[in-house]
Amino acid sequence: MDRREFIKHSAAAVAGTSVLLTACRKGGAGRSQDAGVAESDPSQMTMRVNPNTGDRVSLLGYGMMRLPTTATGSARENADAPIDQEAVNELVDYALAHGVNYFDTSPVYCQGHSEEATGIALSRHPRSSYFIATKLSNFSEGAWPRNESQAMFMRSLEYLRTDYVDYLLLHSIGGGSRGRDAIQTFYARYMDNGILDWLVEQKQKGVIRNLGFSYHGDIRVFDMLLRWHDEGKYHWDFVQIQLNYLDWHYAKRNNPRNTNASYLYAELDKRGIPAVIMEPLLGGRLAKQPTHILKEMKRADLNATPAEWAFRYAGTPDGILTVLSGMTYMEHLRENCLTYSPLRPITAEEDALLMHLADEICNLNAIPCTACNYCMPCPYGLNIPAIFSHYNNMLAEENVSPRRWLNGYDRAVPRTRQADHCIGCDHCLTHCPQRIHIPEEMQKIDNLVEQLKQR
Amino acid sequence: MLRKIRIILATVCFVLVNLLFLGVGWGVTQHIAWVAQIQFLPALMALNYGVLVVLIALTLVFGRLYCSVICPLGVMQDLFAWAGRKSKKNRYGHSPEKKWLRYGVLAVFVLCLIIGFAPVTTLLAPYSAYGRIVNSMFRPLYDLLINGLAAVETRFDSYMLPEAEIWMRSVTTFVVALLTLIIPGVLAWRHGRTYCNTVCPVGTILSFFARFSLFRIRINEDKCRKCSLCEKNCKAAAIDFKNGTVDLTRCVVCGDCIDKCHDGAISYTVELSAVSRQPSDVSRQQSVKEPDSSRRAFLTGSALAVGTAVMAQAKIKMDGGLAEIEDKQVPHRETPVLPPGSVSARNMNRHCTACQLCVSACPNNVLRPSTDPMRFMQPEMSFERGYCRPECTHCSQVCPAGAIQPVRPEDKPFVHIGHAVWIAQNCIPVANGDHCGACAKHCPADAIQMTDYRTEDGRTVQVPAVDKERCIGCGKCEYVCPARPFSAIYVEGNSTHQVH
Repeated sequence: MDRREFIKHSAAAVAGTSVLLTACRKGGAGRSQDAGVAESDPSQMTMRVNPNTGDRVSLLGYGMMRLPTTATGSARENADAPIDQEAVNELVDYALAHGVNYFDTSPVYCQGHSEEATGIALSRHPRSSYFIATKLSNFSEGAWPRNESQAMFMRSLEYLRTDYVDYLLLHSIGGGSRGRDAIQTFYARYMDNGILDWLVEQKQKGVIRNLGFSYHGDIRVFDMLLRWHDEGKYHWDFVQIQLNYLDWHYAKRNNPRNTNASYLYAELDKRGIPAVIMEPLLGGRLAKQPTHILKEMKRADLNATPAEWAFRYAGTPDGILTVLSGMTYMEHLRENCLTYSPLRPITAEEDALLMHLADEICNLNAIPCTACNYCMPCPYGLNIPAIFSHYNNMLAEENVSPRRWLNGYDRAVPRTRQADHCIGCDHCLTHCPQRIHIPEEMQKIDNLVEQLKQR
Repeated sequence: MLRKIRIILATVCFVLVNLLFLGVGWGVTQHIAWVAQIQFLPALMALNYGVLVVLIALTLVFGRLYCSVICPLGVMQDLFAWAGRKSKKNRYGHSPEKKWLRYGVLAVFVLCLIIGFAPVTTLLAPYSAYGRIVNSMFRPLYDLLINGLAAVETRFDSYMLPEAEIWMRSVTTFVVALLTLIIPGVLAWRHGRTYCNTVCPVGTILSFFARFSLFRIRINEDKCRKCSLCEKNCKAAAIDFKNGTVDLTRCVVCGDCIDKCHDGAISYTVELSAVSRQPSDVSRQQSVKEPDSSRRAFLTGSALAVGTAVMAQAKIKMDGGLAEIEDKQVPHRETPVLPPGSVSARNMNRHCTACQLCVSACPNNVLRPSTDPMRFMQPEMSFERGYCRPECTHCSQVCPAGAIQPVRPEDKPFVHIGHAVWIAQNCIPVANGDHCGACAKHCPADAIQMTDYRTEDGRTVQVPAVDKERCIGCGKCEYVCPARPFSAIYVEGNSTHQVH
């Protein structure tokens, strides 16, 4: 059986299984056939147990980094618009009512307003009904001194209106900074100032219940921290990694500086460290699929959305504590709750299909930007995530005319913020958790734009 | 019949001129650019003999039909007059020709043409006056409409319409355009074709030929009952019903009188006698002011205090948000930068009638009217919003006056319209130490190399070195330069364009 034939067979098998499964689910839940307005049953939400504390954590975790604003779009797209607190309250209420109990924020999210908005929304509910995760986001050199980092943590407690944090992360280890590699940067952020030891003290005092880290980038830092865990130097209660069906095998193919999720997860699993998953949708990229990918997905399961596939994939391994999703809109929250109430684990056939689709998606050579906005603001005014998003969208569309490409570009990004204004100052390089060489990609996109304009 | 034909033809020409100046897209523009080339003054400037001969022949046969059909400013006045007639019927009357004003203005005009004093000729040119009105007043409204439609079509995932940047290219030109809309407009509203028959130099020139025209408006004395309706409806004040004469130098062959006459006494026919009786009464003279140029209203864009582009180094970098971008300001250029095809500053100054068609056709937001009094409203280039793109030759293809002569895209890289000049203190590597090189990276002529430079405080940084021999002056370096509000590299014009 050659490869193509195998895929065909497996796709057919997947189609069969999923139709059956879908039928079971719809029938079992006794919901109307209209999936668009279906509500999830909170008692059905898949829960995972944290072996350290016995916390029963919902498989769907709420990422508070794309909160809605009073303008159209999330705080990612609208830096100037204030956060729509009422909408945040509604979303949080809905999430809690439907079984979601893990909320993940950071002092730097939404230009620094996420923790406060999260605190306001959550403090309206009993403190025991949810878990708060936040981070020590001391990226800037100005935040490296011990007292500054300590102040950052104390501010988090204040904004979150609580006296303890359930999950505290060293934020995005593995990144470099100006003139320092990733290891040196890690030492500057957490070791030389004694902050890690101070955090361990806080854990002993009960101010922090679980201590962990989130990882992007240089694998040496990840390996070093797990070695410390093995040696008993530090104990990691959980680790946050990027996992989705693209990153499982193809993180390298997307970008040579990334690490495959299969490796990261295996390292955690063999030590029994629960994994928190970020970027299950790659910043929404996996929710919007090119037509030919979408066709294959629909052939396998007519009712499932690309997002549903991605969430099911990310939630399937047992060692995963929760899967974070930065949900801006109620529709997304509702759909994701449904997906995990309960989780239908990915079958072997479905896994084969997704691996095959990952293969095809990688061949598009999309830029692996997740629109996390860590690179922003670009000091020279570029809208980096918007440029990448347009570029990727155009890759995903079939038969794009130059007019479509260029007019769409002007509509997506104002001229003064387009790729031709990148000067190659390289300030962004240390910020990108996906290790995208942003200036090089900008040059590539600008060359393409030139070609299209001269055609 | 004459009136109907005239209205149909005038509508066609007028619509085309408007489409041309609104910039409805190059696909349309390149096919209707001829409507600018058949205008009298641009043809004269371009020494386009074919068009001139045809226009003069047309006038010799049909009279001043040009003024009623081809000239957009004439048609615009007819529109105002038509609107004015709604309020009051039969409101015109005969008035004698104001020879001193007509020929005085023409004399000044010809003199300025000969000595090459452009501000006067450009102000008086009727077609150019209308071009400026559309370009500075209607064009922004049209762009607004297109941007609105573009926003709507985006919702349907359609991307056909290019979004336009709406900006004030020149305040003075806007004011002049507003005055040329209001003054002839009000005159037309109240008195009909006063402007055409007292001020307009093209009208006066054509009147020399019109007096000999083959076809002409004629009053049949036998049928005429002296009801005066024709005179009261002649917007050119050319009919004297008492004497039964029509002043052919002022008649624009609109045909309104023929339709008004109940007795069929007026006809538009061949008359062999070449001399028409000229009215001699010059006692009542209305003073008509020519549109006042607002050269005095020199608005040097007052620099607004704008926030700097460089971020304040906050202790904690929050993620997200966009850095503020300060608007670029036009640098002072010793020599203006003119588009490829304009040959030299002198050629531009001699031929351009400042109609703004090139400004309208420029898709890169490079061309704008000058505020320099000697080159008043003639185009010049600046690179705050774009640069002269290599594949574009639109301005050279639309210019009807020979001020920008046709250039082929394949020849464009060899026309050196200017050269880049570097300003050390503005340059980003010198100013804040960031690595740059945007200008060198983007230069299409490979004229910029990055080289070592020692700053005053002893740092060695990479800065651009310009090879003037290679630089073609396209302005891309100036456009992409991150220094704001003034670029660290800008283009100085070459007074005569070099070709090598």
